[in-house]
Amino acid sequence: MSSHRQIKEGSFHILGGDFANAGEASTSIKRELLEMGVEEDTIRRVSIATFEAEMNIIIYATAGIIRYTITPEEVIIIAEDMGPGIEDIELAMQEGYSTAPDWVREMGWGAGMGLPNMKKNSDVFKIDSVVGEGTRVDMIIKRRRNETEADQ
Amino acid sequence: MRLKQISERLSLQPVNATEEMLSADVTGGYISDLLSDVMANAERGTLWITLQTHENIVAVAVLKELAGVVIVNGRRPSEEAVEKALQEGVPLFVTPLSGFEVAGRLYMLFHAEEIQG
Ligand SMILES: Nc1ncnc2c1ncn2[C@@H]1O[C@H](COP(=O)(O)OP(=O)(O)O)[C@@H](O)[C@H]1O
Ligand SMILES: [Mg+2]
Repeated sequence: MSSHRQIKEGSFHILGGDFANAGEASTSIKRELLEMGVEEDTIRRVSIATFEAEMNIIIYATAGIIRYTITPEEVIIIAEDMGPGIEDIELAMQEGYSTAPDWVREMGWGAGMGLPNMKKNSDVFKIDSVVGEGTRVDMIIKRRRNETEADQ
Repeated sequence: MRLKQISERLSLQPVNATEEMLSADVTGGYISDLLSDVMANAERGTLWITLQTHENIVAVAVLKELAGVVIVNGRRPSEEAVEKALQEGVPLFVTPLSGFEVAGRLYMLFHAEEIQG
C-alpha cells in the first residue's frame, strides 16, 4: 500500500522570543513530509508557509502551537498563538508592512513578507485575530501529485 | 559545479565543511540579507551570500536546501550558528570580500563564456 494513503498529524509548542530554536517545528514537519515521500513542490510550499508562521509566533507572541495534518490530498497547517493579536489584518497582509522592532530587523526578519509568503504558498489561507488575545492562521496546501506518483 | 571548486576559486574559508559537504553540487547563487526574501526566492542548490551571522541562517538553509552560506565582509558566524550548521550539515564559509565581490566572482564562474562573448 502506498504511503500516500496514510494520514499523519502532530503538533509543536513554540515559545515567544525563542529565536535559538526557530525553525525546529518547520524542519521537523519537513522531515516528516520527506519520510512520507511527499512530492517536492508540496514540501517546498509547506516549508515556506510553516516557517513564516513559526517566526511570527516567535517574534510577536507569548507562546503558540503549530499543528499539522498530512493526508493524501493536502497538508493542513494551523498556527495559533496567545499574543497581542493584529489590529488591522488588511494592513498586516500588505507586503512590506511590519511592526518588528529594530533588533529583529537587524537579524533580517521584519521585511513584511511573512503573511504574504504564507498566502502565496497555500491554496486556502485564513487568518483570525483578537487584539489582546491572539492570532490563528489556517493554511491548506493541496498536493499536486504527478502521474507516476498518483499511480503508485 | 562542485562546492569545493567554487570555494577554492573564490578563496572562501570553510568554517565547518567536511569533504562530503564540499562534494555537493551548486546550481547558482543568491544574495540577500532578508530571511523572508531568501525563503521566498532562493532556489534549492544555490549558494547564499549574506552578512547575517546568527543561527537562523542555518534553518533557512536547511528548509530551502541551499548548497551553503557565504558570510561576507569579514564577519564571523555566531557560535550557535556554527554548532547548528554542524548538526544539520550545512556548509558555512567566511570571506573578507564584500557581497558584491563574491556574487560577481560566482557569477563569472557560471557565466564566463557569455561575458567574454
Ligand atoms: N502572530 C502574530 N501576532 C501579532 N502580530 C502579528 C502576528 N503575525 C503578524 N503580525 C503583524 O503583522 C505584521 C506583518 O507580518 P509579516 O507579514 O509576517 O511580516 P513581518 O513579520 O516581517 O513584520 C507584523 O509586523 C505584525 O505587526
Ligand atoms: Mg513575519
